[in-house]
Order: sequence, then structure tokens, then C-alpha cells
Amino acid sequence: MRAFDYVRADSPAAAAAQLEEGTSVIAGGTNLLDLMKIQVMTPSRLVDITRLDALRGISPAGEGLRIGALVTNAELAADGRIREGWPLLSRAILAGASAQIRNKATTGGNLLQRTRCPYFYDTAMACNKRSPGQGCAAAEGAGRMLAIFGTSEHCRAAHPSDMAVALAALGAQVEILSASGATRQVPVTELHRLPGDRPDRETVLEAGEIIAAVHLPAPQPQTRQVYRKVRDRASYAFALVSVAAVVRLEEGRIAEASLAFGGVAPRPWMDPHAQETLIGGVPGDALFARAADRLLEQADCHPDTEFKLPLLRRSLVAALREATGMTDPAPGVETARIPA
Amino acid sequence: MTKTFRMDEAQPRLLDETGQGVVGAPLDRPEGKLKVTGRARYAADGLPPGAAHGVLVRATVAAGRIAGIDAASVSGIAGMLGVFHGPRFLRNPAQGMAGAAPVQPGDEVHYHGQPIALVVAESFEAARDAAQRLAVTYEETGPVVTDPAASDRLERQDPVTAGDFEAGFAASEVTLDRSYTTAPHAAAAMEPHAALAEWDGDRVTLRGALQMLRFNRQELADSLGIPAGNVRILSPYIGGGFGSKLGIGPEAVAAALAARALGRPVRVVMARQTVFDAVLRRTETLQRLRLGADRDGRLRALSHDDRVSNIEGEGFAEPVSQASQFLYGADGLSFAQTLARVSRTPAGSVRAPGEAVGMLALEQAMDELAEMLGICPVELRLRNLPEKNPVTGQPFSARRLADCLREGAERFGWAGRGAPGSRREGDWMLGMGMASAARSNMLVPSAARVRLDGSGAVVETDMTDIGTGSYAILGQIAAEMLGLPIDKVEVRLGDTSFPGASGSGGSFGANSAGSATFLAAKAIRETLAARMGCDMSELTLQDGIARGGNREMPLSELVGGQIVEEASIEAGETSESHFSSGFGAHFAEVAVHAYTGEVRVRRMLGVMAMGRILNEKTARSQALGGMIWGIGSALTEEMVHDPRTGHVVTRDLANYHVPAHADVPGDMQVVFLEERDDMANPIQTKGIGELGISGAGAAVLNALRHASGARVRDMPATPDRVIAAMEAAAG
Repeated sequence: MRAFDYVRADSPAAAAAQLEEGTSVIAGGTNLLDLMKIQVMTPSRLVDITRLDALRGISPAGEGLRIGALVTNAELAADGRIREGWPLLSRAILAGASAQIRNKATTGGNLLQRTRCPYFYDTAMACNKRSPGQGCAAAEGAGRMLAIFGTSEHCRAAHPSDMAVALAALGAQVEILSASGATRQVPVTELHRLPGDRPDRETVLEAGEIIAAVHLPAPQPQTRQVYRKVRDRASYAFALVSVAAVVRLEEGRIAEASLAFGGVAPRPWMDPHAQETLIGGVPGDALFARAADRLLEQADCHPDTEFKLPLLRRSLVAALREATGMTDPAPGVETARIPA
Repeated sequence: MTKTFRMDEAQPRLLDETGQGVVGAPLDRPEGKLKVTGRARYAADGLPPGAAHGVLVRATVAAGRIAGIDAASVSGIAGMLGVFHGPRFLRNPAQGMAGAAPVQPGDEVHYHGQPIALVVAESFEAARDAAQRLAVTYEETGPVVTDPAASDRLERQDPVTAGDFEAGFAASEVTLDRSYTTAPHAAAAMEPHAALAEWDGDRVTLRGALQMLRFNRQELADSLGIPAGNVRILSPYIGGGFGSKLGIGPEAVAAALAARALGRPVRVVMARQTVFDAVLRRTETLQRLRLGADRDGRLRALSHDDRVSNIEGEGFAEPVSQASQFLYGADGLSFAQTLARVSRTPAGSVRAPGEAVGMLALEQAMDELAEMLGICPVELRLRNLPEKNPVTGQPFSARRLADCLREGAERFGWAGRGAPGSRREGDWMLGMGMASAARSNMLVPSAARVRLDGSGAVVETDMTDIGTGSYAILGQIAAEMLGLPIDKVEVRLGDTSFPGASGSGGSFGANSAGSATFLAAKAIRETLAARMGCDMSELTLQDGIARGGNREMPLSELVGGQIVEEASIEAGETSESHFSSGFGAHFAEVAVHAYTGEVRVRRMLGVMAMGRILNEKTARSQALGGMIWGIGSALTEEMVHDPRTGHVVTRDLANYHVPAHADVPGDMQVVFLEERDDMANPIQTKGIGELGISGAGAAVLNALRHASGARVRDMPATPDRVIAAMEAAAG
């Protein structure tokens, strides 16, 4: 770890105002501190926002909820309103990390966590995300955890969040605050940039902006919500692929479907064509496979991620079987059904 | 005066005659409370005054020569004390029981991640920063071969054979010829490797995380070029070893060199990433199984060939077919090994070297053969138990494998397992599988001292307790032999100033150090019998009272001052005349998701016969831990190497997947069958630590096949491989 200055912000706007080059916000620190220890991140200054009450708490906002950026993952997953109205979010959060990490990690920090690409984590390896222009050691390296959508020749890293995938499927918005005190909202799906030729620029946050909150829209009545995460062990591992599905049936046909995918892209991945395929259809493996076909049209694999094509196809089918009541849910992943 | 005993013939079962009743009892570890309250002092715990902090620096090229290490590049960091490197630095840890320095490569780099220097500073933070920033220049020597399949440096060992395999195979009515691969494994002990070195004149004391102190002392002395008498090693508590702490490591030698140069204590703790980079891994394997049988299931031919890898300069080659050479009989047997030289982190012993991976292949092949023959997998094994070791011709010392197989099948409900693919819960398919377990048993020279005085007894040996229960069992043996309540016996371990023991490795610690403790206590019993004026056989010792020759006397009076005995043991004629191994049977039930290929183990049962059980609780923990390793090797654990540099890509516990709690079923049972191995040692025990893993993973994979039709021959069976195998099975 390099020596750094530490300041405590007095207000959210003041925190934003201090965000110049070389400065990082610290909240839970569950990812940042690891990266600082191995010098993947070497901020010269940390702005601590953990004492800012304005960034705390879950409050009603219209028909939905406003989730402060400092709300911990544990707090959010356990919130009664979330469990009842947006159970997908609770399930996705609980599918990630460990209880200890979820106690510290925050909503804003979860969205801004860095990729877990092992080449990004190893300063002896070339990485365009860590050092623009250096090259990408993962391109011809071991790439099991890499993305298959939205990548570029400069970076194939996947965003690791589970929470963000659920937020995407739920149509959440990110509230961004600038130093002037002004706020703007962007959809969760547009918070992260695709890498292009600047994989180091990961989000649409400008200098002097911080995440203040996340907004959930109104609950979607009569939907079934499923978060299906497939990984290399049963717990405490990042997704090989994950599927968030929000589905509403009407007279035995799919009336609404919102799908988001994790472990496969530099941001929570959504595909309107795959969703459209489902609308009006009678639930069944054949229909779900057609949605998967549409989804996978966009895939571009590293040799080590070829397996994600059949795995994602099958995981989507498995998730939709649960979301449409065709099968019992996976153990520990009870399907949530929102009453009318 | 040390009494040395050679195990030349079966000994009386004295521990069955004594009356204290503590041997075998499921007692808590005496040091358990210290460990869970943070008071047990591990190598990196506590810092003496003036101690400095060292951090190892790794090579970032795969092969070449270090052209320069620029100490000036870090001299500006506040608190820097020095940059150390040179001809005495170790390339990698010593192999188990080496007793001499491992390769000291000087300025050569042999693998990416090799420790090449130590930076030392006043604070850990400064040292870690300096280790990142130290400027090192290399002269690289071309691309390296990292893939054993691409290596042209192949060392083929002469095959081990018995009978005529080719003839037997040709004459067989049913034959099977399959290849299997296993991934490289890391020991991944919870405690990272650590050393604290302090000099007093020309004598060094090292607090280390080490398994075999008698050998480690020689290795450290040889590495430093000083007499072994000038080295003392303390390793009272070790946070898991699994083979990764058998030999002296780069951290220990670097700490000692820096401490001598600086004239102050130096502590070096490996980062988790360094543990992955620079500690001996388990090799990946390629295995070919050829089985030939009659229609009725009698094996006529068995061949188990393998290819393993290691770096140049390391003699260790994983003994993959070890169990295959004695578990089943056949008219012809053949075992051939090829060692491929590669540029990767060096390979060495990781828990149950040989059986841990060899039995994944052997016991899957037996399952495949049973399926081809339409014979129950349990029955196929029962039909092929040899009368004697089929390669050496030795009779088995004690082998209750058939009982384990039958008892396990009965307890697990094996008869109700149903046809393959016949049980389903929603999209989850259920199945059962089983496998035999075997792990050859050893006795290694070991010494111990027992001192009895009026207040109780003290056992001293440089034996280690790597979490296995050495403190508990040695205390139990001494208490049993001396007729003392368990809390009247103190066990002191992990100090080279005590008599030299076997150390912890190869599951031989309890046999070896336990026998030495037993013999020292037995010598005290002889003295006590003489003082009582009775024959040894008449003497009873219980709860501090001696009885014999129609007399009764408090032990404290009989002892007077103190009686001290030191004894040692070594293997003798019985290790030649008989073949000793632990045996058992593993059963597993798994659920496999029909779409995603996820595998969840529902329950497991291990039935094992491992000689006399010294502590039913710590023995059970060892067996359970081994079975969880079996789950890991079958389903989750895979060390990944970069194809260009060979460096370890999975350098932390987020990327190297040991089973998490959720991977381990709540229903895990271990049953020990009563057994005494009279030919093994004078306490009739067998090694326990490694039998639990041997075969356990194969039971899981056989259950996966039974549930889903997927036969996964490339391990671990991660969802992608299960999907591929399910699709292959579906045609």
C-alpha cells in the first residue's frame, strides 16, 4: 500500500467536490482496500463518506424506494419492503460475497466495484484497465471469468456484481450528485461504459460526481422473480453466468419479461430482443431456447469462455422454468411471487 | 540414554490391557481453548522487541538471469532497512524429509513467481510497498514450456509389473481403456507460511510454520551453511500444513539471512498470493486406466499409467498409482509413470500424494467397468480383493476392506439406490456412488521423552501438531500407560531441543511419535514394576495409584523424585514381511441440475478401518476433513497456470475454490471399524490423516454419473464439464 492522505467529507456535495484525479471515495472498502494493498489502485487521497447521514437509509420515493448509497448490502437484502416488493434484489445480494463482506459493502460501492479479472489483479501483467495502452494479458491468457458480451480487443473483463444485475432487471436508476449539489439520474444499465479503447474509464461518472442513491421503480405486481447464479462452487464465488428474471404470466402466456445477465459483460447485460421473443409465448423449453438463441447472437468468446454459451443458454432456460412455475426452484432459491 | 526399538515382530496389545481408559476416548484437544481464544502463538504471532518486517519479492519472468536488483529504487521509502538476495536464497521449499537445502539458484530464475529477494523495513506496510516497487532487471531466456503435454523433457520410469498384463488384457472378455485428468491442486492451508528469525551470536532460533522439525533443522542449517547444532526451530502451533510445510521454505531462509545481516529479529509472512506462487503445488495428472475382466467380474488385467510434472531439479513425482498397486488383484498388472519437466511452480506433496488423485481415476474406472459388466460396484470390488499384495507378494497386516464395503452399503441404503437416472426432484437428478479407500501406512524413526514426577507426567518431542490432534493423542498414550488422569499429562511439541520425531507427514505421525511416547512410558512402567517388586504383567496403574505384588501405592510416592525415559522407534522386519495400509469405503449421494450442470453433494458416508483409534474425536475430524478434500478434488479445486509463463493465475482463495460450507453436506458420517494392526507398530495404529481423501472424490463422481449419465473424466467436474458430459451421454 502506498501512503495516502485521508479526509472526511462534511457533506455529499463536499465529497463530490474533492474528487479530482488520484482521489478515491472510501465507504465499505471491501474492494478498494484489497486493491490498494496490492497496488492495483494507488490513490494519493481517500475521501471518507461513511459519516454522511444524507447517504443513508431506505425511504419511499413515489411508488418506489430510494436507497441511499451507504446502505449496506446486508441491510438492503434484509429490508422487509425489499423482500416483499423487489425480492429479486434481496436474492441477488445474498447470492454474492459472504455475510461479513455484505455487512461492510455498500450499495454505491457494490456498483463501483472493479472487475475480478486475475490479470487486472496482478501488477506484473499487462492490463489496459489498470494502465491504458499497456495491452491485455488476459487476451491470450487464462480467461474463464471473462465476459462474452460488450467487450473489445482492449478489454474482456466482466463486471462482478450480482446486485447490479437484479437492479437492471428491475429498471432501477442511479442518482448521481455533483459538487454543485445538482443531481441527475441514469439507468443502472447505463452507469457502466463498455470498454472500447478506454477500459480504464468504467462509468459515466464525471470528475466531481458521486453516487448518492439508487431508485427502485414501483413494484411489479403479479410477477415471479428469480435470480439464478451458476458458479464454480455453491457459495462465495463470482458468477460464471447469472440470470435475473422478472416474469408475469397472463392466461398461461408470458405478458411481461425483464431479463438481465451477470458474469458475461462489463456491465449488467440486457437484450431487448431476447425479452421480446418471450412475450405472448406459452412457457416451455422450446420458447426459452429461442430467447437464448437471440441472446447468444451477440456473443464473442475468448477460447476459455466458449463454455459460457451452453451454460448461459441452459441457465436462462432453468431460470425461466422457475419464473414461470414449470419447476420447483433450486434449493435455497425459493421463487418469489409478488401478489397483486 | 535412548532406548531404540525396532519393529521386528508383533507386540503385545498393551494398550488393551491398561486400565486408565483414555486411549481411544473422544477427548477435546488440550490446546483447543488456546487456539480459539487467540492465545496459541503461531509463527507470525508476537514480535520480539526490535523486530523488522520482511516481504518476499517474486520473479516476474518465467526463465532467465537476474541482471540487476536496484536497491536505490526503494531507498527513498521511509523505514527501509535493506534489500537481500544472493546465493543462499531458496528457489522453493524443500521436499518432505529432504534433510538438506533445496535448489539455491543464485541469480537464475526458473519459474515465474520464484522468490528472488527480500525487502526489509521497520514496518510491514513499508516492506510491502518496497516489494512492489523494487526495480529488478532480467536477461530473459526465451519462451518456456508450461504445458506438460508439450514438454519434450520426459523422464520415463521403468514400469512396475506383476504377471503379464498384455496377455491378461488380450484374454479378457470385457476391457476398458480410459484416460482421466486431474487439475493441479494447492494445499491452501489457512495459515500462510511464516518465519521469525533471531540470532544469538552464531546460533539462530527460527519460529516457523513447519511440519517436520528434525528435517527442517538440517535443511535450514544446510541452506545457511552453518552446523545443525546452531539451529533451533520452534513450531508449536501450525495452522494447517497438508504437505505444504514439510520442508524449509524461502521465507525461513530469507528471514534468517536478513536477521543475521541486520543484527535484529526479522519476520517474514508470505502473502496469500506468494503462497500460491512459491509453495509446492500438487501436479496435474494425465492417467490411463486399462482394465480387463471376465464376464463374472474377475479382473484379469489392470494397468494404471500416468504422466505428472515438475520443474527441473526436483526429484518428486506424485506416486499416482500407489493404491492401484495393491488394492485389487489381477493376472497381470502394469504401472508406468512419466515425469514431464515444465516451467511452473514446483510440485511436491499435497495431502495424500498419489492416492488423492490416483484413486479419482482408478475408482471411476472400476465404476465404469461395473456398469459395463452389469455388476453392482460394491460387488465388483468384493470379487477382486487379492489375498496378498499383488505386486510384492506380502500378506496384508490387517485389511477390513470387505467389511467396510458391506457395512457402508448397509448403512448408506445402497440397495435402494435405484436404476441410473431414475430419481428426480424437480430439475435436480439424484444418484449414489461409492468407491474404495486405501492409503498405505508407514512407520518413520521417531523419538520421545517422558518424565514422570509426583505431580504428573510431561511428554517432550519435536513432533508437530498441524491441527491433527498430536497434543491430544500423545497425552492420551502417556496417561494410559502411566495410569494418570489426562489433565495430569502435559505434552510439549514443536521444539528441536526435544527428541527428534517423525514430524507430521504421510499420515505417519501418530504411528511414529505415538509409538515413541508409548515406548518411553513403557520403560517407566518397567521401573515402576521393579520398585513394586512385581512383574510388568502384574502392574496396574490407574488414577495415580500403582498396584502389583499384593501392594498398593500412590504413584507420587513410588516415583519419589522423577523418572525420565527417552525412547525411539524404527521400522523393522514387519515392514518387510507384511504390507500395511488403511482401508475404507466411501459412499456419496449427489443432486445434479439437469440444465445448469451444478452438482450438490447431499450426504456422504465413510466407513474406515485404520487400526487402533487413539482419539475418536480428532480421528473423526481428520476423516471428515479428508472427505471434504474429496469433494474439492472432484468438483471445485483447480489451480490454473498461464499458458505462456506458467505463473499461477488463481492466486487467492477467491479464485482457487476449496469447498465452501455450502458445498459440504450437513449429513456427513464417519464410522470406524474396530481393528488392531499388530504388524504396523507397537500401538497397533494406522495413519488416519489421508485415508479420508483417498477415494472420496471418486464416490462423488460416480454418484454424478448415476444421477445424470455424465461421466466426467477431466476433473474437477465444474458445471461446464458436467454439461458437456451430459450432452455427450445424451448423444
